[in-house]
Amino acid sequence: MNEKTENLLLVTLITTVNLLLAFIISGFVIWSVGEDPWFALKTMLYGAFGYDEGIGYTLYYTTNFIFTGLAFAIAFHCRLFNIGAEGQAYIGGLGVGLICLWLEDLPFAVILPTAIAASALFGAVWGAIPGYLQAKRGSHVVITTIMFNFIASVLMVYLLVNILIKPGQMSPETREFGENGWLPQMHELFGWIGIQITPTPLNLSLFWAFISAFFVWRYIWHTRWGFEMRTVGANESAAIYAGINVDRNIIIAMSLAGALAGFVGINEIMGFNHRILLNFQFGYGFTGIAVSLIGRNHPFGILLASLLFGILYQGGAELAFETQTIDRHMVVLIQGLVILFAGALENLFRPQLQALVHSIFKSSSPVTAHG
Amino acid sequence: MSPAIELRNISKQFGPVQANRNVSLKVESGTIHGIIGENGAGKSTLMSILYGFYQADSGTIQVQGQELKINSANDAIASGIGMVHQHFMLVDTFTVLENVVLGVESGWTLKASLDDARETLIQLEKEYHLEVDVDALIQDLPVGLLQRVEILKALYRKADILILDEPTGVLTPQEADDLFRILEELSKQGKTVILITHKLREIMAITSHVSVMRNGEMVAHLKTSETNREELAELMVGRKVLLRVDKTSSSPKHEILRIEHLNVKDQNEVSRVKDLSFSVHGGEILGIAGVSGNGQTELLETLTGIRSFQGGSIQFGAQKIQSGDKFDASLMRDLGVGHVPEDRQRMGLVTSFVAKENAILGYHRDKAYNSTFEMDETFMLEDCSSKMKDYDVRPANPELQSSLFSGGNQQKLVVMREMSRNPELLIVGQPTRGVDIGAIEFIHRRIIAMRDAGKAVLLVSVELDEILSLSDRILVMFSGEMMGEISADEADERRIGLLMAGIREKAA
Repeated sequence: MNEKTENLLLVTLITTVNLLLAFIISGFVIWSVGEDPWFALKTMLYGAFGYDEGIGYTLYYTTNFIFTGLAFAIAFHCRLFNIGAEGQAYIGGLGVGLICLWLEDLPFAVILPTAIAASALFGAVWGAIPGYLQAKRGSHVVITTIMFNFIASVLMVYLLVNILIKPGQMSPETREFGENGWLPQMHELFGWIGIQITPTPLNLSLFWAFISAFFVWRYIWHTRWGFEMRTVGANESAAIYAGINVDRNIIIAMSLAGALAGFVGINEIMGFNHRILLNFQFGYGFTGIAVSLIGRNHPFGILLASLLFGILYQGGAELAFETQTIDRHMVVLIQGLVILFAGALENLFRPQLQALVHSIFKSSSPVTAHG
Repeated sequence: MSPAIELRNISKQFGPVQANRNVSLKVESGTIHGIIGENGAGKSTLMSILYGFYQADSGTIQVQGQELKINSANDAIASGIGMVHQHFMLVDTFTVLENVVLGVESGWTLKASLDDARETLIQLEKEYHLEVDVDALIQDLPVGLLQRVEILKALYRKADILILDEPTGVLTPQEADDLFRILEELSKQGKTVILITHKLREIMAITSHVSVMRNGEMVAHLKTSETNREELAELMVGRKVLLRVDKTSSSPKHEILRIEHLNVKDQNEVSRVKDLSFSVHGGEILGIAGVSGNGQTELLETLTGIRSFQGGSIQFGAQKIQSGDKFDASLMRDLGVGHVPEDRQRMGLVTSFVAKENAILGYHRDKAYNSTFEMDETFMLEDCSSKMKDYDVRPANPELQSSLFSGGNQQKLVVMREMSRNPELLIVGQPTRGVDIGAIEFIHRRIIAMRDAGKAVLLVSVELDEILSLSDRILVMFSGEMMGEISADEADERRIGLLMAGIREKAA
């Protein structure tokens, strides 16, 4: 038990210190362009949490990050570096949109589950193909998922320009589908119970994201399938020794990852845009990698990291809007610093913090056996 | 005359692990000095500090009476220390001469340095009776000669003090004897030899002094002539140990495994097992002896469903598997084959998993551990906990990460998982490699208990002592082929040693 608490404390401490460092350096950068770092911080936090519209947008971004973060994490537990959440989300959204266009006359209760299934299926296929190529052909999944992002991108352009486009318009989008296929947004829900809040894209998908995170957690650590997947990820020889089918697990992991990324389509297409359009997934897939790494590839950590990036996105937009010298690029820089310190340089202070945590615990518990 | 090496109060810590604690050691010039201790006792760390791989946290090093700071292997070489590593550091596609010169070339052109070195090297070979063809390619030489090349490398760099780290691990008994003759020759000519080993036999056979390490500390310095194996074993472990295995004679029953004309090729299409046939019966332990790398690994992996085979058949009970049939490790497990693999860290365990997860690896689909969707974690915990007590795995904590167990306890964890399923056939590879004496004792007793319960045991080990003390019948493998079968009461080290070297007995 002590091992676990010690580890948890260490992980929390490392992440906190890294984030602080990222923010301190961001502060210096802001100060160097002549702005007040305190003011910037306050503006960002106000933008993210200060009023109902800000909160709505923050949580709306958070929803997307949860899905793409989970998509990276589940594959990562099988030692697969899934860079393809971007493409999987894109194709997942295509699935959602097609169902909503096709079934728009049916009741919402029919469309919703079908659309969720379609987003999962389309995303899963887009993840499964690189998975298959990795398992059976040895094509590295990093390369193939990147390629599949591009393939998804040109495929969508082709479909939207040539086939799915609404006749008589210039912009490559489908027509808006019927209201039966619209996922209720939060301000509508609140409206039904008599509370008026400012309309934002935030919709029911947020709860689906929580449910997904819960199931991913149970799946990875509490089922035999998750056990097999983790074994393949941690030690392939041991997996073969245990009679676990490595190829199948790789394909399954990539399919699940694709399905989770595909859920971005529910939030974006069903929840907000109500039509298929270009680049609705833009950037969420890649940021999902950072979200997952900062969240230690654990669904609970991913929820927190998603919220952090939701704040950075929404608060950053507010900051760029409020100040003259700080523009969108400065906000990207702050996000970059967070990724750099909490992701890439994650182990910068690990030895020192480990020693610190260890000394705290040493006094209270005996050290376990060493060989 | 000052001692060749004197270490004073060396301490070294890795994270929370104290690898060396106030270790002092004095090695007299011109002696063969043994350092013995179990795996993880700190021998290798100490020698790595002496050879400059690590720096001590505290303590001093004196070489030939002079206090030195050794910050790298180059410093060590400059002060006359040479090291022969457990795993040879040679370039396969270079000649002996090129390997010896590598890193200490003289002159501008390679040819000049090679010509230069040739004379010196041949001179050295004569002087120390270390004959090796200087123009032979490393890849063409047998292991025993490779070790000579390593020693020559050290001598060429003017080493006066030679450190040998577990040098006999890859040698046949005859090759080991050769090595010992060389070491004696070296010491006669005034070189100092430090021999690191965990084998008591070697210490008694060749050293004049011996130092014993336990848990990172030096527990005794003794004259070899004034001690014996029992005392050394006790010092190493810290309690009395039984070096002999007590067992009754076997009473073989019905046949459990029969393999016929088995042929196995590796991924490079190289034949690893050639036309092998034998059978194992219930109630007997069949030992397979051989120098590491002669097809034993491939044989084990084939019999346990990890590797496919290209010819012949495996019959297990009523189930006959031909080459080309679909089979995998889980099929073999379902048939009742337990497998303790040769390398527990690479294959037997997922070291990042906690003990209770490793305790079901391979059996994780078993109904007992699962409900419809999720695993029954309460049962997993109870099951693991009671088995850990039964198999004396310490600490008996099912929630502890497997990498935090000592080597011996990791191995017990694997043995526990495989034996507690009560398989009809237990296939064991290197059951006690890197395992402390206490755990060796325990594992050997358990293996014999399985045999006595009427189960079949197939044992593969490169430790000849282990084969001799456990097996009822012994097969010897060389280069993928079966060299011969010897029953336990006829077996002796010399006979098996010759077979291990690929020398067939004359038909009697």
